[in-house]
Amino acid sequence: MRAESVEHALELLAEHGDDARVLAGGQSLMPTLNMRLSHPRVLIDINRLDALKGISLHDGEVRIGALARHAEVMRSPIVARHLPLIAQAVPHVAHVAVRNRGTFGGSIALADPAAEMPACALALGATFVLASRAGRREVPSDIFFKGLYETERRPEELLVETRLPVSGPRPVSVFMELARRHGDFAIAGVAFQLMIDGDVVQNGRLVYFGSEDRPKLAGTVLDAVRGSRLGPADIDAAAAAVAGDLSPMSSPQGSAKLRLHLQKVLTRRALEAARARSGVAA
Amino acid sequence: MNDEEMKTISLTVNGEQVTRAVPVRQHLVDFLRSDLGLTGAHLGCEHGICGACSVRVDGAVVRGCLMLAVQADGADVVTIEGLTDTGEVADLQEAFVARNALQCGFCTPGMLMTAADLLGEARAMTREEIRTFLSGNFCRCTGYHAIVDAVEATLAKRLRK
Repeated sequence: MRAESVEHALELLAEHGDDARVLAGGQSLMPTLNMRLSHPRVLIDINRLDALKGISLHDGEVRIGALARHAEVMRSPIVARHLPLIAQAVPHVAHVAVRNRGTFGGSIALADPAAEMPACALALGATFVLASRAGRREVPSDIFFKGLYETERRPEELLVETRLPVSGPRPVSVFMELARRHGDFAIAGVAFQLMIDGDVVQNGRLVYFGSEDRPKLAGTVLDAVRGSRLGPADIDAAAAAVAGDLSPMSSPQGSAKLRLHLQKVLTRRALEAARARSGVAA
Repeated sequence: MNDEEMKTISLTVNGEQVTRAVPVRQHLVDFLRSDLGLTGAHLGCEHGICGACSVRVDGAVVRGCLMLAVQADGADVVTIEGLTDTGEVADLQEAFVARNALQCGFCTPGMLMTAADLLGEARAMTREEIRTFLSGNFCRCTGYHAIVDAVEATLAKRLRK
């Protein structure tokens, strides 16, 4: 069914609930349909809902409409200027043909644990706007991602917008991932936001993805680097702290042990990059 | 929603207006191949990994297998047949032949569709960037080297003009 308006989509969701799947870019849903792995009774195609498109800047936050395609995010001057973490990450999202269809909102709502955009949204402290016939509510990213493809979104709700704060001092952003082939899902990845004043790390949000059932904020690693100048010993301490935050799952792409090792490698590389970038900025 | 449910769609395919009733569940490439006889877009993996089904929809290259035919209602679709007819990639096709950039040819339409997008950007790219751009298209014969050669040569020629 093609939703003709957001209200229409919400009515359809209210009527069909869990029997329905929302079809946004379709780059993850269509494969499961083609393979007959999922059989929703109803598909609600939201692709013509212009109200869900676009990227804009309002009062210290960037708002990304649920239907903004990855290709649009990649070309957006607002994202390039205000969300360097996302600007670094989008080229890693699959391949050009997939980025031309796949949507920012779809990626968030699906919550693939190895996907780039949920990790970035968490690192940036995003807020997600969920709509239903009962109204709208805002959910912070810290509680939105609940597990493997599981989020705070209720069956009758539609993710309509992501809000990303850009106010405050400019952080150092580092995004890195390892994948077998460029554009494939990551087997290990980091999305780091670090507040560095002078040379000293004041605070940050360090997110690991591709390891567990959801993107994960790493408190132990942050504790290891907070107050430091990211010297060699600090980076050693941070890499050692990774095991305190993560217990990666094994998968055909790599054992738990390998994936933990890769996250330590990325931690070192990302913090070295952060140190270099903060130096350039200062 | 059952498999027999049909919907009528009107779209432009390779410059021609087409109106057809399609099963709501059918994806775009099945429609192009079986209803319109445009067999240039190939079905490899049918889940968005291989890129053999790449087509252009409203100016952007997409996976034809990851879009429903009904979603193309009102769209402007170009397949490798249309791209060939307009001559847009004639130089690239010649370069593919000259460099032996295909063996079985199964991936070639998708490679050409994606490379056409790359060439459309009309900016200089390193071999590494070309590889990254084409990384969503599998080739199981050539080892990619000759494909990158052909794209690189065509890009260089166009940029000289």
